[in-house]
Amino acid sequence: MNLDAKIPEGPLAEKWDKHKFNVKLVNPANKRKYDVIVVGTGLAGASAAASLAELGYNVKAFSFHDSPRRAHSIAAQGGINAAKNYQNDGDSVHRLFYDTIKGGDYRAREANVYRLAQVSVNIIDQCVAQGVPFAREYGGLLANRSFGGAQVSRTFYARGQTGQQLLLGAYSALSRQIAYGKVKMYNRTEMLDLVIVDGQARGIITRNLITGEIQQHAAHAVVLATGGYGNVFYLSTNAKYSNATAAWRAHKKGALFANPCFTQIHPTCIPVSGDYQSKLTLMSESLRNDGRVWVPKTVEMAERLRRNEIHVNDIKEEDRDYFLERKYPAFGNLVPRDVASRNAKMMCDEGRGVGASGLAVFLDFSEIIKRIGADGVSQKYGNLFAMYEKITDEDPYKQPMRIYPAVHYTMGGLWVDYNLQTTVPGLYATGECNFSDHGANRLGASALMQGLADGYFVIPYTIGDYLAQTPPKPVTTEHPAFKEAEANVRAQIQKLMSINGTRTPDDFHKALGHIMWEYCGMARTAEGLQHAKQEIQKLRKAFWSDLKVVGVNEELNQTLEKAARVADFLELGELMVDDAYNRNESCGGHFREEYQTPEGEALRDDEHYAYVAAWEWRGENQPEVLHKENLVFENVKLTQRSYK
Amino acid sequence: MAGSNPNAKPMNLTLKVWRQKNRQTQGNIVDYQVRDISPDMSFLEMLDVLNEDLLRKGEEPVAFDHDCREGICGSCNLFINGRAHGPEPGTTTCQLHMRKFSDGDTITIEPWRAEAFPVNKDLSVDRSAFDRIIQAGGYVSVNTGGVPDANEIPIPKSIADQAFDAATCIGCGACVAACKNASAMLFVSAKVSQLALLPQGQVERKTRVENMIAQMDKEGFGACTNIGSCAAECPVGISLENIAILNREFLAAKATSNNLA
Amino acid sequence: MSWLSNALTSSIGRKIIMAVTGLFLCSFLVVHLVGNLQLFKNDGGAAFNIYSHFMGTNPIIRTLEIVLLLGFAFHIYEAVALTGKNRAARGSQGYVVNHIEQNSPWQSRNMGLLGTVILIFLLVHLYNFFYRARFGELDPDINNNADLYTLVVSSFHQWWYVLLYVLAQVALCYHLIHGFKSAFQSLGLTHRKYTPFVTYLGYAFSVLVCAGFAAMPLYFFFLQ
Repeated sequence: MNLDAKIPEGPLAEKWDKHKFNVKLVNPANKRKYDVIVVGTGLAGASAAASLAELGYNVKAFSFHDSPRRAHSIAAQGGINAAKNYQNDGDSVHRLFYDTIKGGDYRAREANVYRLAQVSVNIIDQCVAQGVPFAREYGGLLANRSFGGAQVSRTFYARGQTGQQLLLGAYSALSRQIAYGKVKMYNRTEMLDLVIVDGQARGIITRNLITGEIQQHAAHAVVLATGGYGNVFYLSTNAKYSNATAAWRAHKKGALFANPCFTQIHPTCIPVSGDYQSKLTLMSESLRNDGRVWVPKTVEMAERLRRNEIHVNDIKEEDRDYFLERKYPAFGNLVPRDVASRNAKMMCDEGRGVGASGLAVFLDFSEIIKRIGADGVSQKYGNLFAMYEKITDEDPYKQPMRIYPAVHYTMGGLWVDYNLQTTVPGLYATGECNFSDHGANRLGASALMQGLADGYFVIPYTIGDYLAQTPPKPVTTEHPAFKEAEANVRAQIQKLMSINGTRTPDDFHKALGHIMWEYCGMARTAEGLQHAKQEIQKLRKAFWSDLKVVGVNEELNQTLEKAARVADFLELGELMVDDAYNRNESCGGHFREEYQTPEGEALRDDEHYAYVAAWEWRGENQPEVLHKENLVFENVKLTQRSYK
Repeated sequence: MAGSNPNAKPMNLTLKVWRQKNRQTQGNIVDYQVRDISPDMSFLEMLDVLNEDLLRKGEEPVAFDHDCREGICGSCNLFINGRAHGPEPGTTTCQLHMRKFSDGDTITIEPWRAEAFPVNKDLSVDRSAFDRIIQAGGYVSVNTGGVPDANEIPIPKSIADQAFDAATCIGCGACVAACKNASAMLFVSAKVSQLALLPQGQVERKTRVENMIAQMDKEGFGACTNIGSCAAECPVGISLENIAILNREFLAAKATSNNLA
Repeated sequence: MSWLSNALTSSIGRKIIMAVTGLFLCSFLVVHLVGNLQLFKNDGGAAFNIYSHFMGTNPIIRTLEIVLLLGFAFHIYEAVALTGKNRAARGSQGYVVNHIEQNSPWQSRNMGLLGTVILIFLLVHLYNFFYRARFGELDPDINNNADLYTLVVSSFHQWWYVLLYVLAQVALCYHLIHGFKSAFQSLGLTHRKYTPFVTYLGYAFSVLVCAGFAAMPLYFFFLQ
C-alpha cells in the first residue's frame, strides 16, 4: 500500500491556501443531496457536524452519551493555543508550528501542523462570536497565559474549564443545526461497524443503547470524531465511557492505524489510592506554573514518610530535592509533559516516591502562598484545590499535593492524509481519533486547538473535495454490505452474551490495563513488550472463553457495552505493544529504556524512525502489516530536544 | 492500600436502590449490602463494587449514568438520602466520597424524578428535554467563518466573569430533581443570562428567551416559585440571580419584541 | 392579543401575575393597617367609625374595592393554576426519601398552605366585619356613623376569634417573608446593590405589618 499524504506542493506557508483553491467545490444546490455521518460529538465532531450542516449537507450525528454536551472534551482544563500574538511577545504562526513540531519530537507531518497553527487564530474568533466567555483583562480584551512550557503566552482560557466552554460553544452550534433540521442527532447510539460499499465508506451500523436496536445508516461520507484510546490502560484521565470501538472497527475494515504506541502520560494527576480506583483525575498543568515538584533527598526519609513516621511539612528545605529545577535549570518545573512524567517515575523507581504506595511526588505551593497569600492562590487555582481536597481529604493550602503521572492522551490514531481522510475513501477522522498533528508528544492546550481546527476549518473544505467527485445520488442501505455488517454486529453481541463465564468485563479490562501500564507505559523495553504481547494474547483468549455478561441486548445493558469495548481494547493493546516494539528509539511519549542519552533523556533515531508507522489489519489473530509514511522536514532542523 | 488517611476503616453499608426495568414498568426499592468499602472511594466506585458483586452472582448490575468522574460532564445524577447528588454542597455524585458516610449507614439511592425526566432504567433518566430547550435558542446564530476578530469587541472583565459563572452549568439536572416544582428555570436561566450579558448575544436576545421558555413549558417542567432548592443543590453554584435575570429578560422581550405569537 | 395571553399563561407569566398581585395586596395591607390604627385612638371609636364610613361610601374607594377583589382573585387563581402545573411536573412517582427541608426554607415550600389559612381567615373576617358593615344593620354611633367600632371590640373579646386572628397573622407573616422578596425576584428586580435592602425590607415589612394587625385583637382582649 502506498501511503500518499497528499501534501500540497509549494512553500509551507502557502500550502493550505493553495489547497483550498484547488479543492473541488460542491454546487450549493447540490449540497443538500449529500448525506454525511459524523460519529462522536465532542469538540471535533460537534464542530464538524455543525459546520457541515451550515454548508447545507444533511448530517446524521451520533453520540453514545445522552447529550452531545457530555463528551470528554468537556473535561479539558487548561486552555487552547492560538497564534494570535495578542501579547506582543513574539508569537507567530511559524512559532506555534515550530513549537508543536519540536514538542512532538519531530514525529508529526510539517504541513498538517503548519495548517493547524494557521487556523488556530480563526478558532478563537469563532468561539468568541459564539459567546464563549474566555478570560479577559480589565480593559476588556482577551487574556492569555503561558502554558505547558511555552515561551510565549498564547493560551486562551476560561478559568479551569476551557474545554467545557469550548464544547458548549460547539454544542450550541450543533443544537442550532438540529433545530433547523439539518442535523439529525442520535443520542445514546453507539457505532459498532463501518460499512464499505465498492471500496468506499458508505455507512455505519449502530446500536441504540436504550433499546438495543441495531440500525443501519447510509451516507456519502463518514467522519469519525470518536476521541482517543487512553482507556486501554483502564486507569487514565479519560472518561469511563471513552473507548476505541468506532475507530478500531474502522481499522478492521481497512483504515490504517498510525503510531498506536504514542501515548501521553500527564505528569500532574492525583495518585491512585486503591484497587477500587476507577479513573484518575488530572490536576491542570497550569499548576506547574507556580507549584514546585520535589521528593525527599534520601530513600530513608521517603520510607519514613510512607510509614507516616514523619509529616511532609517537617522535612527541611535542605532535605528536599526539587529534581526538575535541579536537572533542567532553564525550564525547571515547566518542562514538557513527557519529561516531567519520566522524571517523576525515575524518582519513584529510586525509592524516593511518597504517599502510602510510594508512587507519588510532591507539588508544593508553599512558596507562592507565601508570596501572594492563600486568597491569591485561591483566585488562580481555587477550583483545582477544592477538587484535590474532595478526592484526597488533604488540604493543599496546608501541605503539598501528591501527584503522579497518568495516561492522558493518545497521539496515535487512524492514519489520515492532509485532507484528514483515512485509507478508506470517504472515511475521515478528526480530533484525537486521528494521528496527525502531535507527533510523539502533544503540547499542553493543543488538543482543543486540533479538535476545533479539524472540525470547523479543515473538514468542511476537504470533505467537499471528496463529495464533489461523488455523484449526488441518494444512498441507501440496500447494498448487501449493510446486511453483512449488521449480521456481524449481531453475531458479536450474541457471542458476548453467550459465553457465560466467570469474569466481568471490568476484570479483564483491569488486567489489560495492568499489563499495558507495566510494559507499555512510561518506559518500555523490548523484553517487556514481548512479554506483554504474550500476556495480552492469553488474556484475550481468556476473555472469549470466560467472560460474564448478564441481561439482554434489548435493554440498557452497560455490561454488554463494556464487554464489546474491552474486546476491542484487547486487540488494540496488542497493536500498541507491537508498535512500541517496532520503534527502536525513544521519542516523546514513547520511551524505550534501551535508547536514552547518558543523562537519561529520550534518544531519537531520525535516520531509521523518522516515519509514521501505519498498521494494517489482516484478520483475527494475524500479525498486522506495517506501512511507513516517511516524514520529510524541510522547514525545521531536527535537533535533540533539550530543556536544560 | 489506604490513600490519604491510613487510619480510615473499611465500612459495611446497606443500600436501598431504586430498580426499574424500563420506562414502561413500575420500579421499587431493593436492599443490598456492600462490605469493606474504603472511605477513600468515590460514591460511584462504591456502586462499581456493588455492580461487580451482582454481576459475579449472575444478577443484573444497577444501571446509572456517569462518565468523566471529575465533576464536569454532568452525567452522574443520583438522589442520595433525599438530596440531589447527596449531602455535600457543591459536589456532583462522582465527587462525593465515602468518607462522608459511616460504617453501618443505610443509603437510599434514587433516580432524578420529574415528569420531564422519564426513567430509562434503574437510576438512569432521560434528560433530552434539556437539549431541546437549548435547541430552541441557546446559541448565537453565527456560521463557521466570517466572524470578526476576537478582540474587536471588548467585554468588561466583570461582565465576562459573570457570564462565565452562568456558563459553568453542567446540565446535570440537579436543579430539576431538587425542586419541589420540578422546574428547569435555573438551567434555562444560566444559558439565557450568559448570552444576555455578552454583546454577542444581543442580536437574538428577545427571541432567545421567548423560545427557550416556550420550549421549557412544552417539555412539562414546573414553574419556579423562588424556593431556592435548585441553587442550594447545584453542584457548580449557579446562582438564583440568574433566574431573576431570566424573568427580567422574558418580561422585557414579551413587552417589546415584534413576535405576535 | 394572543401574544399577551400566551405570555401571561407561560410559567414566567404566571409568576409575574403572582408577583404583581402580591405586591398590590401588600400595598392594601399597608392602607388597611394604617386606617385601622385608629382603633387605638381612645375616643370610643368615633375616628374609626368616620374612617370606616368614608371607606364604605367614597366612590374612589368603592372602585378600588373591585380592583382589590380582582387582585385577590388573580392571586388565588394563579396560585391554584401554578400548583396544579407544578404537581404535574413533579410526576406521579415521588421520592421515597426526600430531605428537601435541608435545602430550602419551610415557608417557601408551603405558600399554598399559608395562603389557604389566610383565605379561610379572610372569609371569616369579611363576613364578620365587611359583610355586616356593608349589608348588615349596625347601630349608629354618636356621629351617626355606623358603629363598626363596637362590633370590632365585642368580636375581639371572644378568645377563639382572637386566636384565629393571631394565627392568621403568623401565617400571613410567613407568607410575606417569602412573598415580598420573591415578588422582586419574579419581576427580575434584582441588583447586587439593592437586593440585600429588599430582603431586609421584606422581613421588616412582614413582621411589622403582621404584628400591627395582631396587636389589635390582643389589645382589646387583654387591655380593654
